[in-house]
Amino acid sequence: MTIEERRARIGRRPGFVLPAIYWVVIAVTLVPIVAMIAYSFNIAPNHRITFVWHGFTLAYYLHLTDLSGLWQAFLVSVVIAVLSALISLVIGLPLALALDRYRFRGRSLIWGIVFVDISAPSIVVGAASLSFFLTINLHTGFLTILLVHVAFNVAYVVVTLRSRLSGMGTVLEEAASDLGARPIPAFFTITVPLLMPGIVASFMLALTMSIDDYVITSFVAGSSTTFPLFVYGAKTGMPPQVLCFGTIIFVAGALLALANGALNRKSSF
Amino acid sequence: MRLRRWRRMSVPYALALLGSAWMIVLFLIPLISQLSVSLMTGDPEQGYNLTWNFGIYAELFGPGAAVPYALFLGRALLFGGAATLITILVGYPVAYFLAFRVPRRWKTPLLSLVVMSLLVSFIIRTYMWGFILGGHGPILTWLRALHLAGPDFHILDTAGAVIGGLAYNSFPYMVLPIYAVLERIDPRTFEAAADLYASPRVGFFRTTLPLSRAGIFSGILLVFIDSVGDPVNSQLLGGKTTYMIGQAIQDSYLIQQQYNVASALSAVLMLALGVILFAYARFFGTENIEDLV
Amino acid sequence: MSDGDIARGHIDPGLFRGLTQARLSRRGMLRGAGALGGAAALSALLTACSIPGTNQSGTADERINWTEWWAGKKQLGTLNFANWPLYIDQDDNGNSESLKRFTAATGIHVNYKEVINDVQTFYAKVAPQLRAGQSTGYDLAVLTNGWQLTEMIDNGWLAQLDHSQMPNFIANAGRDTLFPAFDPGSLHTAVWQSGFTGLAYNEKLTGGPIESFADLLKPEFAGKIGMLDDNVEYGSAALLAIGVEPTKSTHADWKKAVDWLNKLQPSVTKYYDQGYTDALQNGDIWICQAYSGDVFQLNAGGHPEIKYVVPKEGQVVWHDNMIIPITADHPVDALKMIDFVYRPEIAALIADYVNYVSPVPAAQQIIRDQLGDPAVADSPLVFPTAEMLAKTHDYYVFKDYADFTAWNDIFNPISQA
Repeated sequence: MTIEERRARIGRRPGFVLPAIYWVVIAVTLVPIVAMIAYSFNIAPNHRITFVWHGFTLAYYLHLTDLSGLWQAFLVSVVIAVLSALISLVIGLPLALALDRYRFRGRSLIWGIVFVDISAPSIVVGAASLSFFLTINLHTGFLTILLVHVAFNVAYVVVTLRSRLSGMGTVLEEAASDLGARPIPAFFTITVPLLMPGIVASFMLALTMSIDDYVITSFVAGSSTTFPLFVYGAKTGMPPQVLCFGTIIFVAGALLALANGALNRKSSF
Repeated sequence: MRLRRWRRMSVPYALALLGSAWMIVLFLIPLISQLSVSLMTGDPEQGYNLTWNFGIYAELFGPGAAVPYALFLGRALLFGGAATLITILVGYPVAYFLAFRVPRRWKTPLLSLVVMSLLVSFIIRTYMWGFILGGHGPILTWLRALHLAGPDFHILDTAGAVIGGLAYNSFPYMVLPIYAVLERIDPRTFEAAADLYASPRVGFFRTTLPLSRAGIFSGILLVFIDSVGDPVNSQLLGGKTTYMIGQAIQDSYLIQQQYNVASALSAVLMLALGVILFAYARFFGTENIEDLV
Repeated sequence: MSDGDIARGHIDPGLFRGLTQARLSRRGMLRGAGALGGAAALSALLTACSIPGTNQSGTADERINWTEWWAGKKQLGTLNFANWPLYIDQDDNGNSESLKRFTAATGIHVNYKEVINDVQTFYAKVAPQLRAGQSTGYDLAVLTNGWQLTEMIDNGWLAQLDHSQMPNFIANAGRDTLFPAFDPGSLHTAVWQSGFTGLAYNEKLTGGPIESFADLLKPEFAGKIGMLDDNVEYGSAALLAIGVEPTKSTHADWKKAVDWLNKLQPSVTKYYDQGYTDALQNGDIWICQAYSGDVFQLNAGGHPEIKYVVPKEGQVVWHDNMIIPITADHPVDALKMIDFVYRPEIAALIADYVNYVSPVPAAQQIIRDQLGDPAVADSPLVFPTAEMLAKTHDYYVFKDYADFTAWNDIFNPISQA
């Protein structure tokens, strides 16, 4: 009997309570998303969304970039997300390697910092970063957002990659080294390809963390505006384009996940 | 030869250098320098100077405080705790279902559904909840039409709405770590449990639950900490009696520009969370978890 | 490894596996504490022991010869204009006729940005840059009068307007918008639009007219009252309610006003940041502190049951003002815009769309005759009557930060309970 069969047997007890809980919970998590998608097609008199159904329209999708502030904020968010994910990958991968493959002084200390970095409340991180920038007299803006986003993304990247590395083992690398490969080329020809799923995953995680962050960014944004800041700041009502952006990102993300799932099913390892 | 050894020794440091330096300079040092800002006195016009004003902590949280920050902190801990409890109660069965009841090939799609909501900005989702639950929204309209709710009944602006929002937003962060741990449990454990204990329920409490406490703990880390500090849910879903410490930190920093006050509030929040989580780890982190749960 | 691909693009289970592996040992904690001490020492070295304030020695008005300053500036053909959302005339595609005419008349291209959602946040954004003498990226911004605007004037962060280049402003500005209490001489500000803060009520629900702040205390309205979530708004309303003129009020008056608000507190359902108009329509509340323009739009949108009323005790007027930061890259272009919107036909276009109080009385005739919109032209909420203005008061003008803090300390506990 394989592990999976044993596992499945535990689950074979009759019962509908657990599936019912699962599906009710999933339905609830999707309620605001369904509302978002539906209302992105509602005519919004005065350019602000209303409860009342005024009729179907594609106008806001066609005029997505008309709301210049929103469009710019979206671009700023995307640029910061991509840059911060790239930088945290470039500095986080070596750190993860160091933590996983070597024993050295300060290792547990760095691991502790990573841990605290992930678990510190966003509001404290934001406030602390702003107080730091104030004391060193650095003006807040695009640069400070990027600096801080990398600072929290590195921790996520390191934890994700390290867990992958420890699951991967060093057998192949040792084999390569026995065959006379030098460590650096071996790293790029053996470790990196093996680690690729983890690299992609941590890049996407960092991207998501950055693009969705409101709390920390609200402190260090200065005169820059990111997508969440714009949305949160829309105090005079929500422009329908915000819902269009949300819908497009959601649909694109869902499609990516589907495609990814299909790919992985073929080549599941 | 010695040079070579030295080089070998320095490899991990070289690898770790950039990443750790970034975190130390832009995360750890700010966290600590905020303590020094909290000890400054001044105002935004004249600037702030470090005067080692330890009295600010008593001033903000003592009995004679002008603004009841202790209340805001207590409320935040209460709301955050309630939200965390809800995510455990709802998230554990979901994770359990995914780990043990779902056939292998359906795991990935069903797990994806749990995290699917994260594809939409949490500000938009929270705003949409406010939109749906508002006095004009479909839920209340139906409830009123069915005479299940009086004209005075409202969901928004209440503590319940804020706690619900916090739980909603952090739900996936509870399910995933519990799931990750449940997945690692060796199924033979259950067979052993089935042999040892009379009922499956006893078996669950004696084996599965204790084995999943690491998952619950990291779920609590992720959910409780950010719920307590959250300024968004109480702003978008709450009313006049849901003001929380996260809003207070944001308002005193960004609106009143009382940097010392904001830093002190933030330091106290960090400390309170640290103490609570440390106590939790000490309390539940022993091997005798079976006796405690 | 089935969980390896859970929405790989999303949250990686490796993260959670990693998190659940971490174990804190006592030795690790002690070491961590030692390291914290080290980092504390390092951060003390790195960071300065003070944060500079906003005050500068001598105001810009004393330091700068404004005639020379303006003589040294040229029109550059670009204008970065920061305004509030929905605060200029727009067609369905978001194009503004008045901006189009401005570009046609002056050749200046306008980057119009709806980036201001509230004064505090905008001020918090630009203050550090202005303090450092850097450009904020905006040449013209619209800010409501209040502590932040007063700060900007006092800190010398605003360019002094060159009235000699503003013929339309001088000729057409309404007498009651010129020379406001917060900017005597209109040297730094020119009103974009103004508005009143009074009361709105749902006539169907109250069953009769509401006439005064005193009515709010009636027992039958308990739990049916909304106020604005802005301590200047509810503070000023309370001062009027107890019969004190806000601009002349003292700290002792503020304390009395808070007593009045505390009396009202049990009746208040919510302090509204937004959405009070919805709440009035659906009956969540019956009476609410309200901005005149919001109620006008509600009435025009087919909700005649919502009424705006100037309370017997009085209402307050606020001004949204155009200002030019002293560090603006294109100050002349900004000055041109200020003067341009004081042309009656342009003021008419804007007022007819935004429905707030126009600073140009001559626009009334144009809206009635040329734009054919008597509903707007004849509304006292857009072109107030003399009787209305007689009951209208200004906000208290804060003297300095301590004064502002005193107000906050007194009034904040009302909404931050």
